Amino acid sequence: MAKLSEFRLKGLVFLAVVVFALPLFISNPFHYSLATQIALIAGAVVGLNLLVGFAGQISLGHAGFFGLGAYFSAIMTSHYGWSAIPALIVGAIGVGIIAWVVGRPILRLKGHYLSMATLAVGFIIAIILNNEREMTGGPDGMPVPAFDVFGWELSPFGEYSLFGMDISGDLAWYLFAGVVLLVAVWLAQNLIDSPIGRALRSVHGSEVAASVVGVNTTKYKSLVFVISAVYASVMGALYAHFQGFITPAVAGFEFSILLITMVVLGGMGSTIGVIIGAVVLELLPQVLADFQEFEMVLFGLILMLTMIFMPKGLLPTAANFLAKRRAKSAGGNA
Amino acid sequence: MFSEFLQYLFTGITIGATYALIALGFTLIYNASHVINFAQGEFLMIGGMATVSLTAMGVPMLLAIVLAVVLAGLMGIALQRLAIAPAKDANVVTLIIITIGASIFIRGLAQLVWGKKYHVMPNFSSDEPIEIFGAVLNSQSLWVLGVGAVLVAVLVYFFTRTMTGKAILATSMNKDAARLVGIRTQMVLMLAFMVSALLGSIAGIVVAPITFTSYDIGIILGLKGFVAAAIGGLGSGVGAVVGGLALGVVEAMAAGYLSSDYKDAVAFSMILLVLFFMPRGLFGAKVVERV
Repeated sequence: MAKLSEFRLKGLVFLAVVVFALPLFISNPFHYSLATQIALIAGAVVGLNLLVGFAGQISLGHAGFFGLGAYFSAIMTSHYGWSAIPALIVGAIGVGIIAWVVGRPILRLKGHYLSMATLAVGFIIAIILNNEREMTGGPDGMPVPAFDVFGWELSPFGEYSLFGMDISGDLAWYLFAGVVLLVAVWLAQNLIDSPIGRALRSVHGSEVAASVVGVNTTKYKSLVFVISAVYASVMGALYAHFQGFITPAVAGFEFSILLITMVVLGGMGSTIGVIIGAVVLELLPQVLADFQEFEMVLFGLILMLTMIFMPKGLLPTAANFLAKRRAKSAGGNA
Repeated sequence: MFSEFLQYLFTGITIGATYALIALGFTLIYNASHVINFAQGEFLMIGGMATVSLTAMGVPMLLAIVLAVVLAGLMGIALQRLAIAPAKDANVVTLIIITIGASIFIRGLAQLVWGKKYHVMPNFSSDEPIEIFGAVLNSQSLWVLGVGAVLVAVLVYFFTRTMTGKAILATSMNKDAARLVGIRTQMVLMLAFMVSALLGSIAGIVVAPITFTSYDIGIILGLKGFVAAAIGGLGSGVGAVVGGLALGVVEAMAAGYLSSDYKDAVAFSMILLVLFFMPRGLFGAKVVERV
């Protein structure tokens, strides 16, 4: 166990180095904006991974919770004059309650029936956001005020100073999102190493065996469902304030699929792995955009081939490969 | 009043028959391989789009339909051989992502070949609608229902009377036992994907004059087929047909009497309600899990 947590700590340190070193290599606002977006989505994916990678439960509707968080914050701050932080917190609590109520009956389902039910929940949320035009602006979306903390506004277009250094709004948002991601990862890792985390992993291994040894599987499954929904809600709210404009696509089926694909592609159950999944799947369309009409074919092909040849995901496959090579060279030396 | 109800019922049964055919395709592949094929809707798209473009090139309608169905069948085989078979050790979610990758790939190809425009296909027979008790029935609806009924009959015959059909059933029940009695299970899997693709493409062709067709029509149709299959109970043929028809009728009634904006929400609430009370759908097999 000590080794495991040591390994996890290394992951967190590695991530922190990458997050804080990145500004040395990029400078244009577009890149900052992309990096901020990736960090926030990666945070939601880290939460989803708790459900999928550790508890072994599938969700094909997670964007619904992301969208609920985003729209709650957007509506409260723009229509009711709330400040962003209380909107974010109340939204997260509300989404947690919804996830708890919906999760209890849904999580009794297994396999494809669970996929179907989560997909249905996600769809219903997206449809409501699409149709309640007075509140949400309907399919055209709605503008979102800047993120404010005690009267102080964080906007990508602002100018700030930090420790005597002048920094642009883009950079400030990026650093903020990076710190949020690090906190999200740290919390997730603590949860994984806690008794709750062990119970969850036992559910993944064998639900029946877990319940035989006295793990209340329903309780733990609902709990992790709620936690992952709250992750999505918080990240959704931040995403909305960062983007300044949202459409119901943030709650849509395709975004749900994208989120779970990030988890699976990066490597289920590996916190750093799923973040890599998020980075790859957000950057890939940028790279493929140069191929214009071939973009979709190439995206589908790359997704398919990666999953066929690396069914365990990018990071676990790479780690496995390195371990094998090391074992080989060690064997050669002996 | 009654004519209105009848009108919604006609619409519902027509679209429901399409959902039933898609759900049957899901069921076939699920039974043979336990894979939920998210590329199922793409077979419908290929069927409709290939028929439209071939007829536009001057190929006679009937030949165009045959060619389109053959093309879809080949894609079904390719999907199984090239994408599903190589990933045999992958877990359920990974397989789902592979079929999603395949569907994006197929959609991308279709977009390259046929562009992003909507395509219109003429009705098979007269454009003259039929009037029954004040409700209007599109002649194409009769084609959808007729073809659907014939396909279901053929499937029933195939699975109960032919050796090949029984081999598929045997493989779905127990793969190892099937192999022991000499069934070539890899062949059976390929066959299941092919038959499923044939079903999908035929459904896509007969419904195309009603819904129009475009490169991205497969996403939502495939999804509805999955909903129908889950309502009926995954793996049950009867369930797929009942689930498809029920979904179609509920959707049409919801659109007619409640609100067309919320018709999909009603459909998805229905699936939740069914699963709350019957976690394995209406006709799903009671499986005792062995530990």
